[in-house]
Amino acid sequence: MPAGGFEPPSIDEFYPEAVLFAGTPFEMNRIMLIRILVITLLVGLLWAWSNTFAKSYKNKQYVPSRFQLMGEISVGFVRKSIAHDQLGEKDGDRFLPLLTTIFFMVLGMNITGIIPSLNIAGTSTIGLPLVLALGAYVTFIYAGIKKHGVKFFKTALLPSGVPSVFLPLVFLIELLSTFILRPVTLALRLTMNMVAGHLLLVLCFSATQFFFFEGQGFLKVMGAGTFTFGFVFTLFEILVAFLQAYVFTLLTTVYIQLALADDH
Amino acid sequence: MHLVAAAAAATTTGSLGNVGYGLAAIGAGIGIGLVVSKTIESIARQPELASRLQVTMWIGIAFTEALALIALATPFIFGA
Repeated sequence: MPAGGFEPPSIDEFYPEAVLFAGTPFEMNRIMLIRILVITLLVGLLWAWSNTFAKSYKNKQYVPSRFQLMGEISVGFVRKSIAHDQLGEKDGDRFLPLLTTIFFMVLGMNITGIIPSLNIAGTSTIGLPLVLALGAYVTFIYAGIKKHGVKFFKTALLPSGVPSVFLPLVFLIELLSTFILRPVTLALRLTMNMVAGHLLLVLCFSATQFFFFEGQGFLKVMGAGTFTFGFVFTLFEILVAFLQAYVFTLLTTVYIQLALADDH
Repeated sequence: MHLVAAAAAATTTGSLGNVGYGLAAIGAGIGIGLVVSKTIESIARQPELASRLQVTMWIGIAFTEALALIALATPFIFGA
């Protein structure tokens, strides 16, 4: 922090300088390293969970350990209250691997936004949300084509029961909303939530720093206010991190469900 | 009168985009308020449907807030 004057956070927050391999196409900055760290931890955690599940199933150990219970609750949440609720047991289990991947990846990447010394969400630049959204996009189109064949595009773009005069208009709207806006909004919603959250936190804490160390008199009291705000927003960011993971997974499920649904 | 307005316009600095985002957020704010208030009303009428209504509410909120978040993204996409 340079002495003198308050510097509000800018969008440059999300373009930190390169740390590794600078100048090559594999240039890595802080956010990339955080992503690699999160992926490593997630793979390790899910691996350990699935090992525990398999072992307790083989040994007929019906009382789960604390670690196993945590896993059962988290994986079971995606399975029961997202997949089975929306898709039913059969289709829910078919798409469960993708949904679980999306949920844990988004949650893990989001939560780094509030972990001290990491302090930026892995999802706060567009790359990762775009990959996840493309995964969801490809999956719901695949689900539709597998179930209905080419008729999937007909039911999606030209719904029955619409007067033929409006068909061109409905076709354009459906094309835009189903095949263009769905993946775009999935990616943008996640990214922009994380961007806005990070900027708010940076604003609160850099203002606190400014008020405490450079402010005079009454401004020092203001610092206590901004610090409290920053603390409350940190708690709020935990909620947002979980909520965005839930919403991303839920919307993917709903899109798959809409693709599987029969034409009415 | 228009002289005053012109003088004000000449001396005011800052980005009009900020005002634009504020306006865009009004719509999403009202929308999310409507979604949540209707859900609360429905849960009050039929508490046994609460879990299903909440899922629908989150989907509704996700669609509504997307508009405000797209507005937040537009300056980076279309801006100078």
